[in-house]
Amino acid sequence: MLEIKNLHASVGGTEIIKGLDLSIGAGEVHAIMGPNGSGKSTLSYVLTGREGYEVTEGSVTFQGKDLLAMGIEERAREGIFLAFQYPVEIPGVNSATFLKEAVNAVRKHRGEDPLDAMTFLKLIREKREMLGVQEDKLKRAVNVGFSGGEKKRFEILQMAMLKPVFAVLDETDSGLDIDALRVVADGINNLRDPKRGMLVITHYQRLLDYIEPDKVHVLQDGKITRSGGKELALELEDKGYGEAAA
Amino acid sequence: MTAPMDTATAEARPQEGRQKQDEAVENAIREKYKYGFYTDIETDRVPKGLNEETVALISGKKEEPEWMLDWRLKAYRNWLEMDEEDARWAKVSFPPIDYQDAYYYAAPKKKEGPSSLDEVDPDLLDTYEKLGIPLREQEVLAGVKNVAVDAVFDSVSVATTFKKELNKAGVIFCPISEAIRDHPELVKKYLGSVVPPGDNFFAALNSAVFTDGSFVYIPEGVRCPMELSTYFRINAAETGQFERTLIIADKGSYVSYLEGCTAPMRDENQLHAAVVELIALDDAEIKYSTVQNWYPGDENGVGGIYNFVTKRGACRGVNSKISWTQVETGSAITWKYPSCILQGDNSVGEFYSVAITNNMQQADTGTKMIHIGKNTRSTIISKGISAGRADQTYRGLVNILPKADGARNYTQCDSLLIGDECGAHTVPYIQSRNRTAAVEHEATTSKISDDQLFYCMQRGLDAEAAVSLIVNGFCREVMKELPMEFAVEAQKLVGISLEGSVG
Repeated sequence: MLEIKNLHASVGGTEIIKGLDLSIGAGEVHAIMGPNGSGKSTLSYVLTGREGYEVTEGSVTFQGKDLLAMGIEERAREGIFLAFQYPVEIPGVNSATFLKEAVNAVRKHRGEDPLDAMTFLKLIREKREMLGVQEDKLKRAVNVGFSGGEKKRFEILQMAMLKPVFAVLDETDSGLDIDALRVVADGINNLRDPKRGMLVITHYQRLLDYIEPDKVHVLQDGKITRSGGKELALELEDKGYGEAAA
Repeated sequence: MTAPMDTATAEARPQEGRQKQDEAVENAIREKYKYGFYTDIETDRVPKGLNEETVALISGKKEEPEWMLDWRLKAYRNWLEMDEEDARWAKVSFPPIDYQDAYYYAAPKKKEGPSSLDEVDPDLLDTYEKLGIPLREQEVLAGVKNVAVDAVFDSVSVATTFKKELNKAGVIFCPISEAIRDHPELVKKYLGSVVPPGDNFFAALNSAVFTDGSFVYIPEGVRCPMELSTYFRINAAETGQFERTLIIADKGSYVSYLEGCTAPMRDENQLHAAVVELIALDDAEIKYSTVQNWYPGDENGVGGIYNFVTKRGACRGVNSKISWTQVETGSAITWKYPSCILQGDNSVGEFYSVAITNNMQQADTGTKMIHIGKNTRSTIISKGISAGRADQTYRGLVNILPKADGARNYTQCDSLLIGDECGAHTVPYIQSRNRTAAVEHEATTSKISDDQLFYCMQRGLDAEAAVSLIVNGFCREVMKELPMEFAVEAQKLVGISLEGSVG
């Protein structure tokens, strides 16, 4: 469903992604691991269309469509979702309202009617309970006053509500203690689906103990230097990026 | 799966997407001011220019008693002595105004004032329908939509709905010209008692030539059974609107009053110099809400309304309260400081403001809280949003006089900038002459962040919806003060006002 070919991308004139190829099929979960500065977050922003991340060469095809020709919100509506490494605070904007606006923007794009308040509330309760998000959190402003774990859980709650076709999870494990990590990982595993692809970006192997990937790729200096099964993650943990990738 | 593209196309494509987005934004701007239509209606005007004869003509048209004419003429003579330069201390700039080159009275042609809606010109009613205030419907649906509406079209008030219901409660809600004739004792006692005719250049001008506006009197102990609302509309060209509003809440009474404003799009600037006076006696409360959406001019700053307004409330009685809530999105220039004179002991003044300036708009707005009585309290929450090349200033005065033991003020001024060509300024004046007073001031300035925009857009919102959401969040503390029906309209207006500010 996602086909990246010879991707080159720059930030502020400096090339960060230097010829990346990656193909992810429906139902597959791939992990990208790599040291700091290898281009992991840049890849997530290039895929979601963030301004300032300039594609200089190559192509990205998503479900047969040219992803790079689409604007940020168009990609989102087509089903690309990014779980942010650092979720953004939006003061004064009620979390439930935010979710409803987002869900309805996506539904509209799919030619579906907007959800009415009752259906929305029912749906959100179901997903919220699954992720252990307290009701009062949704009455607060988006991410304002949330702990690190709460922010990440709210990201996954958004994912559950938006039902993306393809999700990029950027360092979702960062800042989580072991209990929170388990809850978040359970949430993600619940969202695994034969029709949904996922790209899990992580620095450490520990997240992959909970979310078992179909494939693991090593990203170094803007290129994928090695690909393998889940055992590759263990090898990386053992030997470090320098040796394992060689 | 498609074949890899060559470098050139890969570069060009995202720009195409961007261009499409820009076009959509441009279209949105063009459509932006949906109240810019003009109603072709026969107008009765007094000749251009301003002199004692004009003042007398206006007074004559209104069939006013002699004392009112004398009052006006005194104000006019006062105005002649004043210098407009003295009113130019605000951080706004505009070319000299030729006060002789404007009409001071314009009314939809009709011999008698309408006594019921059936007598109102159908074209006029149509205009109000377009503005979303179906007067007829309101009267029919009495009790369903509990808002009484007075509509001021150019210089005269055309219809006041719900009169009967209000009469039952003893509430007087009528055009001020009618009040001058029917309730002279109240008008004489209170008119100019909060904003004296010589208060400032524009207030003096208004006092001389004011044409209409609303009058409200809530008798002792009455809680007004519905929201009172006035819609102001400037229709005729080259015409100033000088409305005058006077609201008196007698002992232990309560009223919530809303005003909304629109005007057609025109290339010339039109002057709107209003005066609003509020009086709250013992234990009375007045809640005054404004959604101001006068035509702001085009994106190059051509045309638009000069909104030079003096609004002031006097908390005369003990335990009285006056609360101003304003959402200011329109006008080329806004110059406005709804204030509270806290005379009565334990009286409370509140000012909640959202001001949005986009393109070339200028706004210098804020409030004055004058603490005179003991244990008087005031709260100021101001949210300023500036976009495009607009310039905005919050200007506020908190003045604690020597006898105001235990006075308290809390002020919070937040500015939000969109883009890098706009400006926001905060000018708080604080004078405290009582040692027991406590005054707090907090201020922040922030920019709408790329992170926030990207976050919203990654969830599927387009740029404009994202800005609207973020700005409404920023204004939430003020928006929640608005009456329910207005809040929804105001939220939409925030979005519309900022269309095209990001792209």
